[in-house]
Amino acid sequence: MSEDQEIILSELPDEELVLQMHDDLYDGMKDEIAESVNILLGRGWLPYKILTEALVAGMKVVGDDFRDGILFVPEVLLAAGAMKGGMAILKPLLAETGAPKMGKMVIGTVKGDIHDIGKNLVAMMMEGAGFEVVDLGINTAADEYIEALASEEADILGMSALLTTTMPYMKVVIDTLKAQGKRDDYIVLVGGAPLNEEFGRAIGADAYCRDAAVAVETAKDYIARKHNQTAG
Amino acid sequence: MTSRPDPTLSDTDLTERGLPVLEMSGLATGAQGRVLVIACGALAREIIALRDMGGWDHLDITCLPAILHVYPDRITGAVEEAVRKHRANYADIFVAYADCGTGGQLFEKCKELGVQMIKGPHCYSFFDGNASFEAREEVTSFFLTDFLARQFDAFVWRPLGLEKHPELRDIYFGNYEKLVYLAQSKDPAIEAKAREAASRLGLEYEQRFTGYGDLESSLKDWVAQDLPRKT
Repeated sequence: MSEDQEIILSELPDEELVLQMHDDLYDGMKDEIAESVNILLGRGWLPYKILTEALVAGMKVVGDDFRDGILFVPEVLLAAGAMKGGMAILKPLLAETGAPKMGKMVIGTVKGDIHDIGKNLVAMMMEGAGFEVVDLGINTAADEYIEALASEEADILGMSALLTTTMPYMKVVIDTLKAQGKRDDYIVLVGGAPLNEEFGRAIGADAYCRDAAVAVETAKDYIARKHNQTAG
Repeated sequence: MTSRPDPTLSDTDLTERGLPVLEMSGLATGAQGRVLVIACGALAREIIALRDMGGWDHLDITCLPAILHVYPDRITGAVEEAVRKHRANYADIFVAYADCGTGGQLFEKCKELGVQMIKGPHCYSFFDGNASFEAREEVTSFFLTDFLARQFDAFVWRPLGLEKHPELRDIYFGNYEKLVYLAQSKDPAIEAKAREAASRLGLEYEQRFTGYGDLESSLKDWVAQDLPRKT
């Protein structure tokens, strides 16, 4: 088969179609991803299986190549846009079909900061990993975070900042939680370009997450520990 | 007060390669009072202009590639390397960078190296004046300086992939409301570029003449510390 020959997605067997979806995600091909998701649904695949094996697994390759400097932000955004399209089809179906629930996260970009690309990627990948995500958007004040954590009965607080001038606000939120005696009720994850592990420790977060993939793995790890403690 | 850019400096060179040490002082290596400013390439013209206006003949300048602006995680290491490389040859070294997205790491490194840097979060702030910039709380403004307006494609459009994927524009800039051009000079050609940049990003446009702001006062402070002794 020539490389130029058009691929008919509906004619590919499942295994090849999933691999093609990984390629299409990598190339940010939104329409093709949506088409393939619908094909697999039509073949009786459970939404959760499509989400994990086709979309999340494909985004893992994108995330790894971003971390390794092979892909850059524009390519990741295109891939994320394609995944978002696929998830939009799957999301209403996931609840109906008994997809596992990992936990609940409240996430937002901190007060004074309007940068949300990293935060949106984390929110999407967390959803892909089975977390319920309440996204408070940008420019989020401490009270908004804390009220949402309580009303949503969340497990995890995620805070994002891109600016050196706004990242100290994360400490304001954590200190407010401490003052209200609520700090230990939540797993606190922080991220953003100017942050580092040392900063995360210094402000009293549970972890600094370098990228969306690390955020997902860290969240899973902390949730597992929390369950173990509860069980113990 | 401003002066016209030195036509012998290439913006592309300042962006990609920086500037080797401009030995303008004429002072011998290690001479008392011989001072080096290690600067971001985006500040080269402004620092040279200030040097010329102030008659600071004991001051040399070298620049790191301005494109580090796009990769702030590389700034601290590059500054440290430059300080260590040049420190034996100078009585004093100053770092013409603000925090510039290093999350406080450049400040800590400069403290460790015993060199002074410019106060403030970034060049937009110190050009505007750190105090007034902070007071404005312009959360939804995107800023350009003279250099960044001239080099908009190299610093904004191409690194963000907008050349190939203009559809990503609103993902990057959808939360911004206006582009503020902080002008160091009064040059209609640069103003036209800044205005065009605002249009391409789909933002309202505002121009604010700042001159050299706190860059000028920082350099004056540094120079005052290191005036050569008259013999």
